[in-house]
Amino acid sequence: FTKRKLDTLTLEELEDVLLRADLGVAAAQRVTKAVGAARYEKNIEPDEVRAILAREVENILEPVALPFDIDASRRPFVVLVVGVNGSGKTTTIAKLASKWRSEGKSVVLAAGDTFRAAAVEQLRIWGDRLDATVVAGKEGADAAGLAFDAIKTAREQNAEVLLMDTAGRLQNRTELMAELEKIVRVMKKADPEAPHAVLLVLDATVGQNALAQVEVFGKTAGVTGLVMTKLDGTARGGILVAIAEKYALPIHFVGVGESADDLEPFTARDFARAIAGLDPEESDPAKAAAEIAK
Amino acid sequence: MFESLSDKLSGIFDKLTRRGSLTEADVEEALREVRRALLDADVALDVVRSFSDKVQNRAVGANVIKSISPGQMVIKIVNDVLVETLGETAEPLNTEERPPVIIMMVGLQGAGKTTTTAKIAKRLKERNKKRVLMASLDVKRPAAQEQLAILGRQVEVDTLPIVPNQTPLQIARRAAEAARLEGYDVVLLDTAGRTHIDEPLMQEMADIKSYASPHEILLVADALTGQDAVNLAKNFDARVGITGIVLTRMDGDGRGGAALSMRHVTGKPIKLIATGEKMDALDEFAPKRIADRILGM
Ligand SMILES: Nc1nc2c(ncn2[C@@H]2O[C@H](COP(=O)(O)OP(=O)(O)OP(=O)(O)O)[C@@H](O)[C@H]2O)c(=O)[nH]1
Ligand SMILES: Nc1nc2c(ncn2[C@@H]2O[C@H](COP(=O)(O)OP(=O)(O)OP(=O)(O)O)[C@@H](O)[C@H]2O)c(=O)[nH]1
Ligand SMILES: [K+]
Ligand SMILES: [Mg+2]
Ligand SMILES: [Mg+2]
Repeated sequence: FTKRKLDTLTLEELEDVLLRADLGVAAAQRVTKAVGAARYEKNIEPDEVRAILAREVENILEPVALPFDIDASRRPFVVLVVGVNGSGKTTTIAKLASKWRSEGKSVVLAAGDTFRAAAVEQLRIWGDRLDATVVAGKEGADAAGLAFDAIKTAREQNAEVLLMDTAGRLQNRTELMAELEKIVRVMKKADPEAPHAVLLVLDATVGQNALAQVEVFGKTAGVTGLVMTKLDGTARGGILVAIAEKYALPIHFVGVGESADDLEPFTARDFARAIAGLDPEESDPAKAAAEIAK
Repeated sequence: MFESLSDKLSGIFDKLTRRGSLTEADVEEALREVRRALLDADVALDVVRSFSDKVQNRAVGANVIKSISPGQMVIKIVNDVLVETLGETAEPLNTEERPPVIIMMVGLQGAGKTTTTAKIAKRLKERNKKRVLMASLDVKRPAAQEQLAILGRQVEVDTLPIVPNQTPLQIARRAAEAARLEGYDVVLLDTAGRTHIDEPLMQEMADIKSYASPHEILLVADALTGQDAVNLAKNFDARVGITGIVLTRMDGDGRGGAALSMRHVTGKPIKLIATGEKMDALDEFAPKRIADRILGM
């Protein structure tokens, strides 16, 4: 480490760490360059280098790490959940419903996936477990019509939140994206302001294609925020760094398992440390003890 | 969204043609573009490295520097090495053993196992005239067994009756008995999705394998998978010894580099390609098609 700078080999290693975390070539190079541009002490320890890397990534993610707020003046507050097949939409809806139910909110779920086998049944089971009303139509029914009905039902029940599930669709399937556009359009007939939030659910195991997902779902459905699922595996979801740089969309939550409580707020620091390959920080022992006591 | 490798390489080599001579450094620059294209296509980093070494050796051997259209030549070499790595011939499912032939489906959550199970069942019934039974061993995901039952009715293939509160192993046992007693040729075992670092679930999968001794263990994986493809393929293979790979969501616009990664680290063939949600959206593996996709051609 002459010239009080990280040497090229180290920078190359850092770039590899980022590439393995799915940042993509362009974002990985930008971040590595930023790390290289700063000047550091001699004899810097590998863990310190990683910490510097983590900080650089954290700086990019910090502005988009935003909480998800329900505007209580909108009743029902309509949340539309979209994404490609199997990304975790229905499960994320269950997790959100669970969170809001435990805060005492009344929640209605709309089974807008009228296509996939047993999609409605899957949501019904969650609804039963979480004590949330489920509005469903017949299999093969028009999802847009169901969206309209669901808003009406939620309004009649004076529910605080309506969570609308949709069928998974790949963003390059134009006919399916047109259907999604129609769902949004028809929702506005029931409530001109709806949907009040549109969450795009991204799977952490997906690589560079997530960028295209954000682009097209954003254009079609007016995505207002992101949730990234399946971070309990070995995928790091680094594509969020590229997404944050390009689209600056809020990232609200991460999914870390299949149970209703496996949802955590997105925090730039933890996420960045995981990308840099650092262990999660020791949690405050006092806090941990309090947690156990609960 | 991506400029194709072909465009990039012709860009590099066009500059050179005008300059009139080609150096080692030029070829090195071209290889850098190859590596970048593969990374953009989601090929795993280590796989990109060993792949690019192979291409380089081949390029030296073929004397690319002296050739008339070096860009085309590099592309051809890359393409050839890709096809070789992916496996040149399609390997069919092994269903001609003494019945009942057991096929077990494994993979991460949401990869497409249940859907693919029903597609394979339909194909074996219609094309190979097999008597097929499907059983869902997924006692975890809400309505998973119901999902397979509905698909079974759609494709007119029997599914093992659902008995609540059984363990996956008990269901596997029941499926094996049904196959023997009722004379099925093929039994497809759909399993719950699992993360490869979830030890209890990986152990459960290994136990199902020891009990059922499947003839085929297919790893179902999303064609959109990023760098994680190597980890998941390695781990599933290490735990149960997969016999092949099914790539799903090839109807998407992902570049599908995961195919190369998984094939490279496991050496196991890609047997089938899934191209949609409908029950006939299942194709034979075609290396050329995947190679073109990875190169963005
Ligand atoms: N490990 C893990 N699995 C998850 C997570 N979120 C969802 N899953 C699992 O992923 C699979 C697919 O989840 P779903 O919620 O059905 O996904 P979906 O997007 O609704 O799928 P489609 O409606 O078919 O498009 C299920 O097995 C879920 O249990 C997560 O954060 N971690
Ligand atoms: N576009 C597309 N969608 C697919 C394909 N294969 C499966 N799907 C969809 O992907 C989603 C998940 O498929 P499943 O078959 O439920 O996946 P799974 O692996 O069984 O999921 P778990 O059991 O929850 O782990 C569903 O919406 C399917 O319709 C495919 O080749 N293309
Ligand atoms: K997936
Ligand atoms: Mg769903
Ligand atoms: Mg399944």
